[in-house]
Amino acid sequence: MDTKNPLLLTAAQVLDREFLEMRAKVLELAASLDRLDRAPELATEHASDDPPVEVWSDGRLEKLQQALRCLLDGQDCRAERVQLIFSRAYEDQWRTSLGLEPA
Amino acid sequence: MVSRTTDDYETLAKMGCVAMSEPAFWAGFDRGSADSFRDYFVQLTDFERRRAAQYCVQHFTWLCINAKEAENVSLSREVIAMIPEFLGRPGVLGIGEIGLNKNTRNESIVFLEHLDLAVKYNQQILIHTPHLEDKYQGTRMILDMLCGDARLARHRVLVDHVEEHTVRAVLEAGFWAGMTLYPVSKCTPARAADIVEMYGPDRLLVNSAGDWGPSKPTAVPDFILEMRRRGHAESLIRKVVYENPLEFFSQSDGFDFVPPDVIRTA
Repeated sequence: MDTKNPLLLTAAQVLDREFLEMRAKVLELAASLDRLDRAPELATEHASDDPPVEVWSDGRLEKLQQALRCLLDGQDCRAERVQLIFSRAYEDQWRTSLGLEPA
Repeated sequence: MVSRTTDDYETLAKMGCVAMSEPAFWAGFDRGSADSFRDYFVQLTDFERRRAAQYCVQHFTWLCINAKEAENVSLSREVIAMIPEFLGRPGVLGIGEIGLNKNTRNESIVFLEHLDLAVKYNQQILIHTPHLEDKYQGTRMILDMLCGDARLARHRVLVDHVEEHTVRAVLEAGFWAGMTLYPVSKCTPARAADIVEMYGPDRLLVNSAGDWGPSKPTAVPDFILEMRRRGHAESLIRKVVYENPLEFFSQSDGFDFVPPDVIRTA
């Protein structure tokens, strides 16, 4: 995209500066997903009548997967596009939906 | 900074903060009466101004009933009716932070009534946009309402808490945009620096959150350091953290700011 105040650092300098932080963030995410894998579907120590929850079909995880695919698609504006993945879509008829204007 | 200790004022002063603007916001609980808000407005316009002044920080404030409590329309109307009593007090910059929280009908009604109040009393406006999954829709709703009101001077309206997916629409519509910095969640200093690089410094502000939840009043110095580490000129940094706020706030009659290089008399 057009940038008004371009970065003064080279790409190599940005990578040098941020590699360890980026690596750490990816590791945190990997560990979180491993933790989800290891976690039982039901509480073990306390009996519960709640039915097991299939978290892998949870919409939040689907959004995480969409976001991860976005990171690797080679297109720009990743942060903006990831934000939109985690956002409710804009409904332009909101005034009518909320009853502020007649349909 | 009603949610913070006096130590925070001292720390901010030591880090070079010379002035702050504090929006009227949530008290950590929903207030039950308009009189609660009357006391709160006294605290904002009197006590906080004096508390900040002890550390040479000039304090300014905005008045409203915030979006979280705007779900109660009848209480909101009582508060809105009372606000004019306080508009002439020193340090009052205008109406804010009004806006949306969960993008509801009642929040929208109270937002529009705050806009009417601002127009009637020729006040500047500071706007809160929702967080997380509600931010995009809420910001677009707010822009729809602002752009649908031809009475508003857009250069006197600041839409706060913008992030990557909302900043462009706010700036393209002619409003000022604020980036509220948090240590981890919401907009970080590094991402705010990215946005300045991508959109330029015009009509962009950064601000720290002095919130009830995890937040960091000294996040603006973090932004300054991030910009310096990227090699940006001091003039660019100064524009974002000092000159832009002065330009925006100076449009309010209540902005009686004294620059720090002017000798003040008691």
